[in-house]
Amino acid sequence: MSTTPASDSVSLARTPLYDLHLELGARMVAFAGYHMPVQYAHGIIHEHQHTRAAAGLFDVSHMGQVRISGAGAATALESLAPMDVVDLEIGHMRYGLFTDAGGGILDDFLVANAGEHLDMVINAACKKDDLHRMRTAVGDRCRIEELEGRALLALQGPAACEVLAAMSPAINNMPFMTAADVELAGIPCGISRSGYTGEDGFEISVPGAAADALARKLLANDAVAPIGLGARDSLRLEAGLCLYGHDLTRHTTPVEAGLTWTIAKARQPGGQRAGGFPGDDRILQQLVDGTSRRLVGLRPRGRAPVRAGADLMDADGGNIGIVTSGGFGPTVGGPVAMGYVGCEYRKPGTIVQAVVRGKQLPTEVVRLPFVERRYYRG
Amino acid sequence: MSVVKFTKDHEWVLMQDDGIGVIGITDYAQDQLGELVYVELPEIDKELDAGSDAVVIESVKAAGEVKAPVSGTVVEVNEALVDEPEKVNNDPMGDGWFIKLKITNTSELDNLMDEDAYKEYTDDL
Repeated sequence: MSTTPASDSVSLARTPLYDLHLELGARMVAFAGYHMPVQYAHGIIHEHQHTRAAAGLFDVSHMGQVRISGAGAATALESLAPMDVVDLEIGHMRYGLFTDAGGGILDDFLVANAGEHLDMVINAACKKDDLHRMRTAVGDRCRIEELEGRALLALQGPAACEVLAAMSPAINNMPFMTAADVELAGIPCGISRSGYTGEDGFEISVPGAAADALARKLLANDAVAPIGLGARDSLRLEAGLCLYGHDLTRHTTPVEAGLTWTIAKARQPGGQRAGGFPGDDRILQQLVDGTSRRLVGLRPRGRAPVRAGADLMDADGGNIGIVTSGGFGPTVGGPVAMGYVGCEYRKPGTIVQAVVRGKQLPTEVVRLPFVERRYYRG
Repeated sequence: MSVVKFTKDHEWVLMQDDGIGVIGITDYAQDQLGELVYVELPEIDKELDAGSDAVVIESVKAAGEVKAPVSGTVVEVNEALVDEPEKVNNDPMGDGWFIKLKITNTSELDNLMDEDAYKEYTDDL
């Protein structure tokens, strides 16, 4: 039986799948202004393992879906993000970052070139600020629309392709990080082969009114189970994927976060469109000089989870960093974490101490991801 | 005759004839916490006051503690939970017990709820 949704004294929004979540026995929580399922009856570990073994269905309708159109759309986005949008081919998508004047990160997002327009998915907690910033900065050179009437579902796991291809064979021809308009069960959807779990999978943008029917159709397949935000977090953490607000903030630059790969050569010194985004001085300087700290993977040696906010020390008790994400990894079978350490400590194999309940827990710096990614490259 | 009593924080203590109290958390508690992934048990001979932290537990989502429902000295701990913390979720009133205390003051049990009172208490939550 589901627990009572969060108190009415806080006004929370509902996604189009709200009723379905309650019917499925979800435990609901308040997240980014929405009622969202944190887990269903079988629990987080079960949901996590199901996703890696078969196919998990996630409601991510709380996230912002933004459409930018007009001849100036690509250059407009490039003026706000250190990435290549101008040469992004039709049907392809990229991961990008909004930066601020200090080189810090304001949000991370996915952008797809749909031909007539660019389609973006932005974080729920940042969407108001992102939209305001975009409208203020570039609203005069392109059209910016929030697609508020649409839902967003994610189907992730090794069985995801088979499940969707049964509805539309065109799915089989989509490599990782491509997007297309596809009809599923007679419903026109915008589908991308992307996700936040490290598994093969898809994100499906669907008109809100059709979302419930589509979700039920997908859940009717034995391979598919509903997955909540709890498992979404453990899956992405094992995959070494950053979470905005934790691993990425205004106080972290893309270079410190290990996201230099998102900064196309065209935007780097010597490139065709070098700089021209907020914080370019600092970020381009860091590309040349390096940084004093870096985001790394952390594997506590014992069984105790090490969570966000835990201090990291060297053997002498000197502070050398901080944990930004951490928890239990069901596939790994033990605690996993990510955090920033001084560059002297970033080499995989380095042992640092994580402070938990006043005790120092030996923790090994490791390469990300913790679990091999299984993207479909075609 | 053994008696089970309950705290507002959802711990139970099974008071045995030999003055030993077996301590665990209720089904309500394990359901709220979610799957346990880590249990840190106290040392044998540790003295605990009623209401003090006895055991550290971590679920997938968060850390928490199990408090001693009554005062006593730790005489036994459930080592099996170190490798299999999920025993607490699967059998919270049986195999999922945490510690056994030599109880100092049996009158402290009078402050706790019996099974009916605890059921009423959780029904209202």
